[in-house]
Amino acid sequence: MARPLTTAQKINGALRRVPAWPLYVLGALWAAFLFWQALTGRLGVEPINALEREYGDTALKLLVAGLAVTPLLRYTRVSLLKFRRAIGLLTFFFVLAHFLVWALLDVQSFGRVWADILKRPYVTVGMIAFLGLIPLALTSNNLSIRRLGRSWRRLHQLVYGIAILGAVHYIWLAKGFQIEPLVYLGLILGLLAARIRWARFFADRTVRA
Amino acid sequence: MAHRWTNDLTRTDVTPRGLFMNRRQIIQAGGALGLAGLGGQAAAQDTPEPNSFEEITSYNNYYEFGTGKTDPAKNAEALDTSDWTVTVDGLVDNPGTYPLAELIDGLTVEERIYRLRCVEAWSMVVPWQGIELKDILDRAGVQSNARYVAFETAVQPENMPGVRRGVLDFPYVEGLRLDEAMHPLTIMATGLYDQPMPNQNGAPIRLVVPWKYGFKSIKSIVRISLVEDEPPTTWNRLAPNEYGFYANVNPTVDHPRWSQATERRIGGGLFSSRQDTLMYNGYDEVASLYEGMDLAAQF
Repeated sequence: MARPLTTAQKINGALRRVPAWPLYVLGALWAAFLFWQALTGRLGVEPINALEREYGDTALKLLVAGLAVTPLLRYTRVSLLKFRRAIGLLTFFFVLAHFLVWALLDVQSFGRVWADILKRPYVTVGMIAFLGLIPLALTSNNLSIRRLGRSWRRLHQLVYGIAILGAVHYIWLAKGFQIEPLVYLGLILGLLAARIRWARFFADRTVRA
Repeated sequence: MAHRWTNDLTRTDVTPRGLFMNRRQIIQAGGALGLAGLGGQAAAQDTPEPNSFEEITSYNNYYEFGTGKTDPAKNAEALDTSDWTVTVDGLVDNPGTYPLAELIDGLTVEERIYRLRCVEAWSMVVPWQGIELKDILDRAGVQSNARYVAFETAVQPENMPGVRRGVLDFPYVEGLRLDEAMHPLTIMATGLYDQPMPNQNGAPIRLVVPWKYGFKSIKSIVRISLVEDEPPTTWNRLAPNEYGFYANVNPTVDHPRWSQATERRIGGGLFSSRQDTLMYNGYDEVASLYEGMDLAAQF
């Protein structure tokens, strides 16, 4: 006799029928909507900085969502794995948009962009995170997964460090004591900690000692 | 008394507020058509008309009401300005706690159209109404050993979400050297656009020192103290390497986290271009106050 389906199995069954591609459409629409808001004065009287922040903020939220997929599977058995590529690529897309608004609309000159990258630590950190995402975005396809084999996994573990850099970037640019950037760092560190298999981690230590 | 300084900025007095808004929208539309450079340039230093009332009152730094630029406009309504008093103390002949009306009674209120340059590298032009600080200090009777003026902002935890969250070390405090305080450019503003000071801009009375970064121009003042030693100032206490006591606008001394060489004038829309920041925010008449000082060290 078959066992009754668990809630997680029911959710997974329902998700099987949901394709991932609408996420790309939603992402593009959201980016365009924010741009339209900035263009028409709906993001306040200083739209450049506001748009830059909106794109950066969306990127951080997507990073957190992407990092949540594995812990969610482990602790609830709910699988969002099929959406993870879309979440990752959208993260890159919003970081790219964030960078372009900063470079083209905010700083407005290649010389100053370069100077800021070299001189301003929070820009340096953000830039490293952005550059780190490029190989991940370029290899987010089935062909790369097949070609790279085991090293694909190792390459994509870069995102752990990139996520931390993203949160540090946000904390570093805030003035005064602000909660929100710290919340992002907390979430990211929490989700990274949730990936570690603590039992095995400590078992290994004990064996070696 | 008063009228020691005349505006070099022009205000199109007859232009109703509605037309200011229109002008802004025209610039934005120009930007959308790729004429951004033209729109931005036209708004550059030569013809700095004041920003619109909407711009001046919807984009503020007033951390007592939140760290977001629109938080003060949303939250400052709660500021209680009734029965406002200002305590004048320290090295003065006539110390006391004065009702606001009494503090400024009989002093000349005049319009000053000033550029305002924020340390965050954005700027506005604001038509203030205010009284020269010197007039207030003269009446208080500054004693000869006083060398600095210290200011303090109201703290109303029940009305100020930022105070409850401890964003900064409140009360917000600021200070000026006595000669800076006595300079005719330095005013205590009580209004803008011929209206009483909006809460988010520092009602009912605030300092305006146009050649210094905006954070020096402390809002909603409840205390003015004449002192002998350089008083502590809020941002300097938080990050002394980033915010100096003097905080004179200076395009050659960068903030450690960003350049101060250029600024963006608020109101130019999504494609507004940056303009060069001027030494002392264009108020060269204060240069003599700092003769012989190393402005990179005493920033």
